[in-house]
Amino acid sequence: MAYDKFNVLKSTAVPMPIENVDTDQIIPARFLKATERKGFGDNLFRDWRYNPDNTPKEHFVLNNPIYSGKILVGGKNFGSGSSREHAAWAVYDYGFRCVVSSFFADIFRNNCLNVGVLPVQVSPEYLQQIFSAIEADPNTQLEVNLPEQTITICSTGDQESFAINGYKKENMLNGFDDIDYLLNLKEKIKGFAENTPL
Amino acid sequence: MSKTLFAKVWDSHVVQKIEDGPDVLFIDRHLVHEVTSPVAFLGLKNRNIKVLYPERTFATADHNTPTLNQHLPVEDPLSAKQLQALEDNAQEHNIPYWGLGHEKNGIVHVIGPENGITLPGATIVCGDSHTSTHGAFGAIAFGIGTSEVEMVLSSQCIMQPKPKSMRITINGKLNPAVTPKDVALYIISRLSTSGATGYFVEYAGEVFRNMSMEGRMTVCNLSIEMGARGGMIAPDEKTFEYIKGREFAPKGEAWNETMKYWQTLKTDKGAVFDKEIEFQGEDIEPMITYGTNPGMGVGISNGIPSAKDVEGGVDTFKKSLAYMDFKEGEDMLGKKIDFVFLGSCTNGRIEDFRAFASLVKGHKKAAHVTAWLVPGSHKVEEAIEEEGILDILQEAGFELREPGCSACLAMNDDKIPAGKYAVSTSNRNFEGRQGPGARTLLASPLVAAAAAITGKVTDPRELLQTQTV
Ligand code: SF4
Repeated sequence: MAYDKFNVLKSTAVPMPIENVDTDQIIPARFLKATERKGFGDNLFRDWRYNPDNTPKEHFVLNNPIYSGKILVGGKNFGSGSSREHAAWAVYDYGFRCVVSSFFADIFRNNCLNVGVLPVQVSPEYLQQIFSAIEADPNTQLEVNLPEQTITICSTGDQESFAINGYKKENMLNGFDDIDYLLNLKEKIKGFAENTPL
Repeated sequence: MSKTLFAKVWDSHVVQKIEDGPDVLFIDRHLVHEVTSPVAFLGLKNRNIKVLYPERTFATADHNTPTLNQHLPVEDPLSAKQLQALEDNAQEHNIPYWGLGHEKNGIVHVIGPENGITLPGATIVCGDSHTSTHGAFGAIAFGIGTSEVEMVLSSQCIMQPKPKSMRITINGKLNPAVTPKDVALYIISRLSTSGATGYFVEYAGEVFRNMSMEGRMTVCNLSIEMGARGGMIAPDEKTFEYIKGREFAPKGEAWNETMKYWQTLKTDKGAVFDKEIEFQGEDIEPMITYGTNPGMGVGISNGIPSAKDVEGGVDTFKKSLAYMDFKEGEDMLGKKIDFVFLGSCTNGRIEDFRAFASLVKGHKKAAHVTAWLVPGSHKVEEAIEEEGILDILQEAGFELREPGCSACLAMNDDKIPAGKYAVSTSNRNFEGRQGPGARTLLASPLVAAAAAITGKVTDPRELLQTQTV
């Protein structure tokens, strides 16, 4: 799935200081039957977000107009549980481009990178600083700089760097998924194929 | 520099090395079936692109097809829909499609070698984990997921980190009634189902040199069950002999050229493997599994081990025995069985039917046993008839079904009922693999034949002896 390029993202953030948010919460199993990658954002955190009668749950952060932005800041061990790629699709489709946490479940992290959501892993202390900053002022901006691999709390200037695999970084910078990367290599592949008999 | 066979084939297919990332590996031949391909084709549609090399892509219907009345429309609507989708996709992208009833139809890993699609030194992938079968020809072959199927359809390449290398050497001679399936089950029982995780295996030594091509396919097929990415065997005269003249294999001048290359496909002296393992052929007995993963196998006369003797999880061991309703320390010999399944890409080729027939000849199927004999392809089916094997089977009270994966994964109607015991020549004895609640004993075609005649787990050597007397 092609997605937007990621370079420097400056945005307010939505705080979700909950640990072990699992993919069943991010997108409940009953929404996996779709055959297209569309509309998953509507069901992001479905059961935390809506009552059974589809009225919004007032106290859930996504329903609180004070908080908005393209960055989701989650508690430790974000994205655990089932390996469903749909969870990452839902996060992206809702409009988030970046998830910050002090620890990500492995498969979720990979799925995010494949669909255009940047997972930024920070230290537990720094995560706490972010939550405090947003609590003090919901309009606090975060700056995520992919080329430099840094994240900054704009109001305080506190900065931390984060790690990312070099290949995945290139992909994110160019808005490529693995298939885009391969399609971009097409000429080289064709040359290779010519020299490789059937 | 000395290189392993695996490294020679891998390195010659790397289109691009990605620093800090996987290798981009060129795929020579891509096999496609109805179950893992529809979403991948949908991906192509969404990108508005075509299959890059349809001539390197081959499609067959096998996973959810019925094994009776294939001339009639498929009854199960979901299966019918998947089959139709594959047919439409194949047509749209100009891919050869060998659907139900086609003379080349059969299980994807049986028809690849049969038609000369599988070649030494090639890279071969398919959305089915037992793609490792094709390694028998000295190919790098492995199973892939649906998103990777989409990658290969669109770019003929796949992104893969290079696995580590392992060599399993078995010298010596095999005992009577010990088949390639027993060799594989023996290795898995010794290594466990994760013993080769992260590795690509090369099988070497006298035992594999002496094995037929079909036997080598059985061994490579089961590589995945010890966790390996795949397994391969260096090609030799037997390999070339097998391939020569098959439809998609090189011909004439091209054949001579390719042969020069193929003859270089062996591990150089002094090449270093990340791990080396050795066994002795004489130590292997006819094998059978008693638990719910392929690593839980024993020599058929040995019986089920005690929990204290198994390595690793005692809980898993106990849970497994509870599912099978077996007890630790019990004999396997003499256990009553209900079903026999001869077939799958592990043991659904002509040699497997020959072996089965050699044992049931002159005997009768046990009355209480239901036997499903499912050839791996139409070509196997034809050979069964031509060689007179069908007559032997029918005389002994068996029927032949039509080709497909059948009870290997029980996606069609061929499901072992809950609680019933099946001696099966397929590759997985997981809980519910052959049907909800089904209990699977993996074994060779000879052990399956012995069980089909006596109705219980039986040492095939007993029957071989009575035959020679
Ligand atoms: S026979 Fe079984 S393992 Fe082989 S291709 Fe079919 S489903 Fe896969």
